[in-house]
Amino acid sequence: MSEAQEEIVIEVHGLRNSFGEAVIHDGLDLEVRRGEIIGVVGGSGTGKSVMMRSIIGLQRPDAGEVRVFGEPMLDRDDAQLQPIRKRWGILFQGAALFSTLTVAENVQVPLREFYPRLSEKLLDEIAAYKIVMVGLAPDAGPKYPAELSGGMKKRAGIARALALDPELLFLDEPTAGLDPIGAAAFDQLIVDLRERLGLTVFLITHDLDTLYTICDRVAVLADRKVIAVGTIPELLALDHEWIQEYFRGPRGRAAEEAMEAEEARTGEANGGTER
Amino acid sequence: MNAPMSSVARFTDSVEEGRRVLRFQGDLTLSRLGVLPNRLDRLKGRDFVIDLSGVGRMDTIGAWIVHRTARDRGGEIVGADEGAATLLRQVERADQPVKVRPDPPAPFQRVLTQLGEATVEAGHTFVGLLGFFGGMLLAIGNVIRQPRRFRLNAVVQRFEVVGVHAFGIIGLMSFLVGIVIAQQGAVQLRQFGAEVFTVNLIGRSSIKELGVLMTAIMVAGRSGSSFAAQLGSMKLAEEVDAMRTIGVSPMEALVLPRVFATVLMMPLLSFYAAIVAIIGGGIFTWVSLDIAPVTFVQRIREVVPLTDLWQLLIKAPVFGLIISLAGCYQGMQVKSDAEEVGLRTTTAVVQAIFLVIVLDAFFAVFFTEIGWL
Repeated sequence: MSEAQEEIVIEVHGLRNSFGEAVIHDGLDLEVRRGEIIGVVGGSGTGKSVMMRSIIGLQRPDAGEVRVFGEPMLDRDDAQLQPIRKRWGILFQGAALFSTLTVAENVQVPLREFYPRLSEKLLDEIAAYKIVMVGLAPDAGPKYPAELSGGMKKRAGIARALALDPELLFLDEPTAGLDPIGAAAFDQLIVDLRERLGLTVFLITHDLDTLYTICDRVAVLADRKVIAVGTIPELLALDHEWIQEYFRGPRGRAAEEAMEAEEARTGEANGGTER
Repeated sequence: MNAPMSSVARFTDSVEEGRRVLRFQGDLTLSRLGVLPNRLDRLKGRDFVIDLSGVGRMDTIGAWIVHRTARDRGGEIVGADEGAATLLRQVERADQPVKVRPDPPAPFQRVLTQLGEATVEAGHTFVGLLGFFGGMLLAIGNVIRQPRRFRLNAVVQRFEVVGVHAFGIIGLMSFLVGIVIAQQGAVQLRQFGAEVFTVNLIGRSSIKELGVLMTAIMVAGRSGSSFAAQLGSMKLAEEVDAMRTIGVSPMEALVLPRVFATVLMMPLLSFYAAIVAIIGGGIFTWVSLDIAPVTFVQRIREVVPLTDLWQLLIKAPVFGLIISLAGCYQGMQVKSDAEEVGLRTTTAVVQAIFLVIVLDAFFAVFFTEIGWL
């Protein structure tokens, strides 16, 4: 079991990305273990989304090596990438739902694409229970993305990302633009899904509450590379200006205090067991 | 329990101790399901014992299939390990009546609905365009009272985009149209030995109709569409709202410069188009009918009355107004998403060209009535 846990799902080595003159990444390394929720943080413009795009093959890096599930991602043709694409789900920042399709049809797109033999009835049933699982209202199925609120769009996006029961889930700022209640519910949803489905989650976020409550480890992007990966206490022990400012700033402290209060409460309830 | 790793999902159907037993084996995951769901669907009978003890891995879709078999056929699930039991509980919790498809309306009703919606839409567009025109007149009134608010820079910039940048394509198009008119006219008129009247045909049709009409179509395609797309995306990005809150009237800042530039540029472009068409026709007649350029120009001056030019100069600004109004109006109607920008842009061009042609027919009758033959 411990071996399986230590298995590396995403491996990035020596990644270099640049747009014209501007070098975004240079010598970036990152490893993501199976079953963990890893949060990626960094200031605006440090290339968090670009890193995600490089990993999933939407952005061709100048140099470096990317492996997902142990398979190299670069310089491979579509046919070779297809089996890997079956095993991950991606939620883009704006949810990226197909605007001409209903929510249910959006969820069915990956199923139809990869498993054309599924019957129409089963497809509808799968779409239905996925919609309920991500916490959408039961009448959301036939709605078009334009009719949904921001939070509902994100949930529908997650439902589509989860359509194939992936092992790996990429989330680009899932709680951005959600109200605190919606954001907390979304955090809970991600934790639940991880527990249920044994997901590995790669999460880009600015939301300190999300970082404190659900992330097992946090990767910090600065100076064109990942400068540190670790649990938040580990990061706090580091003497790096940006990290200190990020987690020790007024917002960071508030989130930390909330987390500690929460832990104290659950700790008492569970008889002081480690979380 | 000892199912081999990564094996295809399958099941056996047997009768044990008087009960039907479905024994699942292999991985009940999406990628390993194969035809199992279809086989299950074809299975007859009820009240199974569903034995999961041979199942390897399972995902929510596998769990769903087990769950719905138990739900629809009745039966009891045995031998599920802890993970499988959790998954089964979860899909059971997620099993709620969910609407997946919109209710299809009855066909007859749908036709009626569409007809009604189209009628209402047409009415709205008509009233909307009229209101938009009124709003623009008000804005013009404001600008006349406070000339300082006239945005000269914006207008000049539009001149360039609508007028100067269109020179090449409109010139080329008109030149070719001129040649085609001359060539087709010459072929027909030759039958009557009246080839020399080709010059009349070129001169009059270019100045009176083709110059202005072709230019209007080109401007609708180039500028009307871009107005709709620009204003539409500005509307989406809330730029228009931002303007309003700062106290800038979008009518004055966005619509007026575009309308003004198009109204002014249309006569110039149309005249230019007509002249280039005549040049094209002239070159054709010179090459193929041996009419010398000097004679050609002289003939043109004899056969084209000044009223033809007046017609061009009256029609062109009106067409320009219609094109720019349709473009700006459609752009400002964008509300929801990027898809709508595309739809509105198309509508703007279709509307503009349609209205231009309708009005052109009206003008033709009108000018004939007042004796501008």
